[in-house]
Amino acid sequence: MAPMKVYGWLVSPWMAKVLLCLEEAGVDYQVVPLSLSDGDHRRPEHLARNPFGQIPVLEDGDLTLYQSHAIARYILGKHKPELLGLGEGGGVEESAMVDMWLEVEPHQYEAAMKPIVWHCIVHQHVGLDRDQAVVDECVRKLKRVLEVYEARLSSAAGSGSPGPSRYIAGGGRVSLADLSHLPLMHYFAATEYAGVLDAYPRVRAWWEALRARPSVKKVMAAMPTDFGFGSGSSP
Amino acid sequence: MAPALKVFGPARSTNVARVLVCLEEVGAEYELVDIDFAAREQKSPDHLKRNPFGQIPAFQDGDLLLFESRAIGKYILRKYKTSDADLLREGDLAEAAMVDVWTEVEAHQYNPALSPVVYECVIYPAIHGTPTNQRVVDESLEKLRKGLEVHEARLWESASLAGDFASFADLNHFPYTFYFMATPHAPLFDEYPHVKAWWERLMARPAIKKLAARMALLN
Repeated sequence: MAPMKVYGWLVSPWMAKVLLCLEEAGVDYQVVPLSLSDGDHRRPEHLARNPFGQIPVLEDGDLTLYQSHAIARYILGKHKPELLGLGEGGGVEESAMVDMWLEVEPHQYEAAMKPIVWHCIVHQHVGLDRDQAVVDECVRKLKRVLEVYEARLSSAAGSGSPGPSRYIAGGGRVSLADLSHLPLMHYFAATEYAGVLDAYPRVRAWWEALRARPSVKKVMAAMPTDFGFGSGSSP
Repeated sequence: MAPALKVFGPARSTNVARVLVCLEEVGAEYELVDIDFAAREQKSPDHLKRNPFGQIPAFQDGDLLLFESRAIGKYILRKYKTSDADLLREGDLAEAAMVDVWTEVEAHQYNPALSPVVYECVIYPAIHGTPTNQRVVDESLEKLRKGLEVHEARLWESASLAGDFASFADLNHFPYTFYFMATPHAPLFDEYPHVKAWWERLMARPAIKKLAARMALLN
């Protein structure tokens, strides 16, 4: 069986989400590196894979998929449905909790965190100014979001389960909802705003526990926190 | 006896409609509980228990409380699926994957381009009485054109976005597009004949006709 192929650049947080799924699922895969600066994602051969001209893209035999969460769901649905709250021991309620926090991640968490990372780390290398007003507003928003996460991680995991929840979807086991937060957190923790997490000890503990997973260590090892700009290896 | 399924939020809200479409498609009974935005009820302690971000919709099925309209929609379509209403196609990995791709496209490509036009032309004037910001509208329309080209190419290949079957992906496009069609920019869709035909098929679905009539009354 031919391994799945993933097209993109390793420093992308959305590429990383897909690689985390492949690692957790333990399946064979091949990364096809593309170059952002050479505009590989805008070339006809890539637009044929993803008409929106973005990465990551997954090829599995005849099937070509894009949008990182769609790719992630496919990989896990095929090889590790427990990470979607389905499969063995899962069900409609657990999968709904996973789906819910998978929506919160882009709409609340990424919306606040991504601009901080981009303005503080990326902009200086791509000829864009850092807009401190944007950063300040996003830090304010992020604190409100992290308050919700802190409360979530402090409450009981589910019916009959004592103690706080180690995992964001609360099913007592790790899910894609947890994993999807990690790549951006990896970069945020390298900004001058990392100390924001000090006020949210359960969030910090959740991040520290997840980053110790072998899959996470392996994928993050290929993601320098300066996006490779410092070593001249940016995509 | 009151229905076990409750949706919390104003009937005219696009994201509430996203959930109602799914309920109507599976033919489930539900109760719509209004949340009074004028009184900031969405930030009340009772509502924050349902949605800690203080937003709408929220949803209840017995003891289960959910928020995030797309997650609620998925739950409804999964749990209340029938042989006539299989809109997630989870029995087939490849079909389900295409439903997910186009659901994500709606959330992250289509909606960010289209919704600012709806906010500037319909929602903000109604709520705040502010004039339309034409620069935002023009920039959004340019992005929307690019997105509609992709939808047009896709709908050459198949009758619906995920394949030759209607799905959650199509339904997700309904609420904001419905209000877009009430703006002066509706004729934009005429430039994309396969998209236009797909939209008309969507609007002909009984569940959508029913909701559209209700949403039109509120305007």
